[in-house]
Amino acid sequence: MDIDLISSIIFLAIRAGTPLLLVALGELVCEKSGVLNLGQEGMMLLGAVLGFVIAYESGSAFFGLIAAATTGIFASLLFALIVLQFFANQVAAGLALTIFGFGLSSFVGAGYIGKAVDGIPSWNFFGLSEIPFLGDVFFSHDPIVYLALIVCPILYWFVYGTHAGLILRAVGESPETASRMGINVLTVRYCSIMFGGAMAGLGGAYLSLVVTPLWADGMTAGRGWIALALVVFSSWRIGRLVFGAFLFGLMGILNLALQSIGVSTSPNLLASLPYVVTIVALIILSKNRRGSMLYIPLSLGKPFHFLK
Amino acid sequence: MFFILSRNFSLIILLAILLQACGKGVTPDAVDGTSSGEDVAPLRVAFVYVGPRGDAGWTYAHDKGRLHLESTLSDKIKTTFIESVAEGADSERVINQLARSGNDLIFATSFGYMNPVIAVAKRYPNVIFEHATGYKRAANVGTYFDRAYEGRYLGGIVAGAMTKTNILGYVASFPIPEVIRAINAFTLGAQSVNPEVKVKVVWVSTWYDPAREREAAETMIIQGADVITQHTDSAGPIAAAQSNGVYAIGYNSDMSVYGESAHLTAVVHDWGPLYVEKTLAVINGTWLSEDVWPGLSSGVVGLSEMHSDIPNRVVDKVNETKEAIISGNIHPFMGPIYSQSNELRIPANTAMTDKELLEFSWYVKGVEGNLP
Repeated sequence: MDIDLISSIIFLAIRAGTPLLLVALGELVCEKSGVLNLGQEGMMLLGAVLGFVIAYESGSAFFGLIAAATTGIFASLLFALIVLQFFANQVAAGLALTIFGFGLSSFVGAGYIGKAVDGIPSWNFFGLSEIPFLGDVFFSHDPIVYLALIVCPILYWFVYGTHAGLILRAVGESPETASRMGINVLTVRYCSIMFGGAMAGLGGAYLSLVVTPLWADGMTAGRGWIALALVVFSSWRIGRLVFGAFLFGLMGILNLALQSIGVSTSPNLLASLPYVVTIVALIILSKNRRGSMLYIPLSLGKPFHFLK
Repeated sequence: MFFILSRNFSLIILLAILLQACGKGVTPDAVDGTSSGEDVAPLRVAFVYVGPRGDAGWTYAHDKGRLHLESTLSDKIKTTFIESVAEGADSERVINQLARSGNDLIFATSFGYMNPVIAVAKRYPNVIFEHATGYKRAANVGTYFDRAYEGRYLGGIVAGAMTKTNILGYVASFPIPEVIRAINAFTLGAQSVNPEVKVKVVWVSTWYDPAREREAAETMIIQGADVITQHTDSAGPIAAAQSNGVYAIGYNSDMSVYGESAHLTAVVHDWGPLYVEKTLAVINGTWLSEDVWPGLSSGVVGLSEMHSDIPNRVVDKVNETKEAIISGNIHPFMGPIYSQSNELRIPANTAMTDKELLEFSWYVKGVEGNLP
């Protein structure tokens, strides 16, 4: 295996991991506030289609991204309304959102199948991409990869280093206590659900505007579910989540690259690896009950009723 | 705490199953042909699709066939379709509903509908069924498929002539005989004009995932492949070729909109004429339960428009070969054929039988990689 091949594999792995990272970061914040939103796949698809449509009509991929994030926010508001105002079961509402997003995106995108957009070009950091190896691996990406990487430390600082982050975690751990302390639980949950929606919309648009770039029905092909698994795999820790996203990306690419090099592997086995490691992570987590309690938001999935 | 979470997960699965079951309505989207002014009631023809009509692939090609049927026999028939019908138990319910609601002829267009079709056909002996790609027949069930490998062989000629690196890349779905046959036909076609050619194969374990198909194509492009082709259903590989400045050969339908400078041609299915033929046979009362496997000669398989980069001599070569296959002078799988490990599998001057073709499970010489 030569050095060019290795750098290309890492490059592709980063690109494959980026949509997972975006979506999982959003879901992580959402779950930190105690809300389990299983509608990631649906929100990704809506973001992918609206991002593509707006980019196509306006000729600007940037507007496409804005539209995708906005679409994600509106879709997540629908979910928020159902689970926060009407106390619906979060699992059922999330699944409904996924099915809704699948159908609506297919309806909206029907006239855009077979259309092409320019997509988002890669950035060249003042010639940094000319550096051998490092330039190919780290400095030849599109802006969204860097955006995702910048969001990670900011989010870490926000969740663990700020007062607002403390409120977010308090709401996720014990909404009753937070409410008695004068925190508006619903506002916090609305905000975090909307953040999750915006990130899922962006993740979807990354697929339709950068990776492929084209629109096709159901093009996310289960990546929303992998992002959900990733949050569990990371045991709700941002550092592990970043690691996990690129690990999942690398596993996917290695599966393909090893085949084309001619190494004898089982593609089916390799394709199942992300799910297998998630199950293994679940088993390890459940063995270490006390350790995992520190990170799993205690009120995850439970509706919150107003306290008088 | 974790208990609650895991309980949620089992709930998820349960709900997913329930919602999946409710999500699929059994009411077909009826599409009226023009209303007939004659006394004879129009023949009602129904189609069952495995994917969405907008997949630009397999289902799209079948729906084009349905539209062709409708425009050709508009005064004699009325068509209906149901799309995105999952293979398995759900499809039996859908097919049963179509038979019960008075359809006279039902085309089931995916392999996984085989057992449901046979089961429903037993209950409705007066309804005629045509099942694509399967091998089980009954008095009122016929099967059909196209010799797509003949088109693949022609695609291989184009790829073999256009490659500069002598490395071709093939994005493949699942290692079933249909796909292996296509890879081998493509390879033999390419070798017929360029004996140096090697074909890399990457299995993506899916029929449809545009991003993953694109990644597979790119891993081969970075290893020198300069013509990409595919046996999957999205245009991801074409987009990969376009943005990396190499060529690609599409599949199922003309995919040139996804990569105008990359798209050399595409191996396409044209089910229209076959659907007209079968429907007319039912109308005239001459329909027989049989297995049909037409190829280039019937127009069911073909190549889409050729890119202007392809030199005339290559286009001529493709046309000559096409005529020769139609007239029977060339068989894509005519011996001597060697296996990947250089073992003589088909002796000289012997063509592979249909049975051997339907059970293909080995690579020919020149294909790289291992069969999973």
